[in-house]
Amino acid sequence: MSLEKYESVIGLEVHVQLKTKSKIFCACPAEFGAEPNSQTCPICLGLPGSLPVLNEQALYYAIKVGLALNCTISGRLKFDRKNYFYPDLPKAYQISQYDMPVSHHGHLNIELKESKRKIGITRAHLEEDAGKLIHEGVKDGSLVDYNRCGTPLLEIVSEPDLRSPEEAYEYLTTLKAVLQYLDVSDCNMEKGSLRCDANVSIRLKGTEKLGTKAEIKNLNSFKAVAKAIQYEIERQAEMLESGNRIIQETRLWNDEKGQTFSMRSKEEAHDYRYFPEPDLVPFTISREKVEEVRKTLPELPQAREERIISSYKLSNYDAHVLVADKFLADYFEACIKEGADPKKVSNWLTTELFGLLNAKKETLETCKVSAKQLSKLIFLIDKQVISGKIAKEVLPIMVDTGKDPEDIVKEKGLVQLTDTKFIEDIAKKVIEANPKTVADFKAGKSQALGFLVGQLMKETKGKANPALANQILEKHLHAL
Amino acid sequence: MAQDLFRMTLKESQRYLSSKENFDLLVGSLSLRAKEIDPKVKAYLSFNPNGKNFSDKSPKPGQKLWGVPVSIKDNICTDGWETTCSSKILKGYIPPYDATVVRKLKENGAYLFAKCNMDEFAFGSSCESSAYHPSVNPWDLSRVPGGSSGGSAACVAADEAICSLGTDTGGSIRQPASLCGVVGMKPTYGRVSRFGLVAFGSSLDQIGPITKTVEDNAILLGAIAGYDPLDSTSVNIEVPDYTKALVKDAKGLKIGLPREYFVKGINSEVEAAVREVAKVYKQLGAEIKEISLPHSKYGIAVYYVVATAEASSNLARFDGVEYGYRYNTDDLLEMYVETRDQGFGQEAKRRILLGTFVLSAGYYDAYYLRAQKVRTLIKKDFENAFKEVDVILSPTSPTTAFKLGEKTDDPLSMYLSDIYTITVNLAGVPALSVPCGFDSKGLPIGFQLMGKYFDETTLYRSAYAYEQTMHWYEKKPKL
Amino acid sequence: MKMDIIKVAQLARLNLKENEKEKLNKDLESILNYVAQLDELDTKAIEPTSHVLNLENVYRKDIVKAWPVRDQLLKFAPKVEGKFFKVPKVIEEA
Repeated sequence: MSLEKYESVIGLEVHVQLKTKSKIFCACPAEFGAEPNSQTCPICLGLPGSLPVLNEQALYYAIKVGLALNCTISGRLKFDRKNYFYPDLPKAYQISQYDMPVSHHGHLNIELKESKRKIGITRAHLEEDAGKLIHEGVKDGSLVDYNRCGTPLLEIVSEPDLRSPEEAYEYLTTLKAVLQYLDVSDCNMEKGSLRCDANVSIRLKGTEKLGTKAEIKNLNSFKAVAKAIQYEIERQAEMLESGNRIIQETRLWNDEKGQTFSMRSKEEAHDYRYFPEPDLVPFTISREKVEEVRKTLPELPQAREERIISSYKLSNYDAHVLVADKFLADYFEACIKEGADPKKVSNWLTTELFGLLNAKKETLETCKVSAKQLSKLIFLIDKQVISGKIAKEVLPIMVDTGKDPEDIVKEKGLVQLTDTKFIEDIAKKVIEANPKTVADFKAGKSQALGFLVGQLMKETKGKANPALANQILEKHLHAL
Repeated sequence: MAQDLFRMTLKESQRYLSSKENFDLLVGSLSLRAKEIDPKVKAYLSFNPNGKNFSDKSPKPGQKLWGVPVSIKDNICTDGWETTCSSKILKGYIPPYDATVVRKLKENGAYLFAKCNMDEFAFGSSCESSAYHPSVNPWDLSRVPGGSSGGSAACVAADEAICSLGTDTGGSIRQPASLCGVVGMKPTYGRVSRFGLVAFGSSLDQIGPITKTVEDNAILLGAIAGYDPLDSTSVNIEVPDYTKALVKDAKGLKIGLPREYFVKGINSEVEAAVREVAKVYKQLGAEIKEISLPHSKYGIAVYYVVATAEASSNLARFDGVEYGYRYNTDDLLEMYVETRDQGFGQEAKRRILLGTFVLSAGYYDAYYLRAQKVRTLIKKDFENAFKEVDVILSPTSPTTAFKLGEKTDDPLSMYLSDIYTITVNLAGVPALSVPCGFDSKGLPIGFQLMGKYFDETTLYRSAYAYEQTMHWYEKKPKL
Repeated sequence: MKMDIIKVAQLARLNLKENEKEKLNKDLESILNYVAQLDELDTKAIEPTSHVLNLENVYRKDIVKAWPVRDQLLKFAPKVEGKFFKVPKVIEEA
């Protein structure tokens, strides 16, 4: 079976928890207390007689996101009730937005290795989060904790414009970066402040009619999203190839097994019976207000990427990697401010430092090495105090201890040797000790030089300036 | 005299309550009266469990209602005091907070006396759908007091309350007030906070006072009205001193009589009484003119789509999870469906089913959306009428108190009791029911005054002028 | 229009008993017939009313204020375990 004849059509629904101080409709704290049900009040518990009042900061954040996603901000918006029964939903309805959301008709530009794509954003709307259910380890029942109930959520729905798992992955990283830059959410999928469901269907290439889609849930990381979509595409193709029809259904991703499974559906599709929320009045957003909010927008990832490319002459790829995380981009530019060379900073950050942090399961935020310190390491190389190779030994010590590079170099006696006379002496020793290699060199094998340089470096415990070593050895060899 | 203390009006009690001793005497008298009378009238569900904590020995400055006993309809939340909405599904539910109106009463020093019986979740016009027991009309114990605030009206009429609070979604303050011969006001939507009122029809509900006299009503409304930051639908308009409106004339008042309200089917004695009211107003200097509220007849149909839709959603939270009755089982679905089937009465189920249906896929446009559009037409009727007149006069109820059991088999005929009151809630305007006499059976008749948005002042003025001319409040039921 | 009472009861989570269904069905049918008179009116050009007042833009500031009611509520809740509300096992199947 060949997947080649099919085109995948993917849409993503992302729920983002907004990091306001208080919940969306009540004054309870929006972060999480340790004690179950301790961050609750009559309103978010849905007690009879309670009423909601909208947190203006949630609306402000929603407008910010809408603008950053190139959406039209609605001049008039309202809330609606989405009615269904579930123990984590105390009112048995969720206050959400149905036909007049806060923003709509936007797009997000994503960059892949070979292409750039414009992914449509259908809408982004506000709603309240539900509580949490605990099943595991509970005897004869499930437990309900309403602390999370009423946290403001922004639901961002993409058009079904994505065409591959890679694009979906890139969409999520790009979206996360935008939200991070706006500082409206922690965007942490593991902690649940960013959640994603995927709608996947396939169709024969060249056709326009959409295939039947499956909704995939229980995706707990961007990687899982990509893997689940890949699996689902293959599953659907197999179904069609063997003459079966795709059923419109909700499927859960099982990360351990690497498969999606159909949810045993007890009933037909939910009838949410949306109707306008009578307890909340409509909201109007003037053009002036929109422009006011627009002025508070920071430089967004795409603009920052373009600026980094033009100001620092980095490649598209390098710039793209740097802006994907705001903290990383800020760190990078802090190094530049110290005076370090952009290309060198980019390499040291993304190749060396990241490698070390990944191995230690650390992040840049928790890393002990400051931008200033990384810059200093680069300056030491620039000034030829140490070689690049030695620097690669210094960095891990910086990561472990947080010490300044100069102090480490001093303590460990790693200062590079540039004393020409000293190197000359060692060079002579090396030449004497390796007559066969010298002969090879004389015979025209130029790589023999490299071997001898290596021997010299070994003799000096790597501290000799490699360029100088190379130069001196070559001089002596030619003199023979 | 001590034994007559329970007969006091709110105004009289304000003057009397100058000391803790007098407070004890008044509450003692009222409690004895309730003990004697309530087994017959059955207006009450419970008495204040924390009553003995009324420790304030004397009024604090600014407290308008110090020591005044207030009876409260049981769909208004009271902290630490069972609130059932006369339903089984909330049996044992103890709210951990006070409704805003209760907080305001407490701030004014009032004494919460008892919780009043009602139709379950405010669904009804007779108080017969209470899950506990029906309340009866103090004027004839074989008849209904009206509903859904039947208990609130009956206790005031029977002098086992000084005053009470009811709630009105389609006429539930005004109709029982009319049937029991007392004064009941449904304020403008948004005038009084709904925070802590167990919701029925969220775009229609209002809490309002039920009292022995118009002046009492004006005092009590003044104490509970006002903007509440916890209620997005409450309005930030200053609360006037309604008692300043109480003058004894109606000079210059333009009163409208809607022609659609005086058509066939109306009880002849009711019609005659209300036409007499118009005559009295004329004598008091008012101008009476005929107006039209052309879409009146659609009011009930609109209401039973919109209100039930909202109710079906508002009552979904009664699922046995956090509070109230729960049917115990290992199966979650069974818990939901049995809790709710066992916990709700028939009228509640009717309305929940109807409301769920009109919102369901495929029916929303034909029912809910259409009803909301007709609601706009009804609202416009009032706006147009109020360009010509200051208040609108009509009967409150098409009949006087009917017999217990008379309408319980035919829900639609029960719904038609609200024909004069219901469009008021759909438009959101204020309306007041005032006693205007008795029929040949000695049953009270009430008339309704409807007013402009936030113009309770004119309603009180009009009502007071009539009341002080006719003095119907002097007659009491024989209990 | 006839209502499928079984379907609606499912949506509303009501386990109607056999002796209830017939009466309820009859009542609801007569009410819906009564409501049908709304079809007489031409409402095409009319805006629906969701709110009777022209209130707009009612907000609150993003300020935290504790309003602890948990322990009071747990005291009378149908079933609790520690500081949690307890319900029958919720199965999220796949």
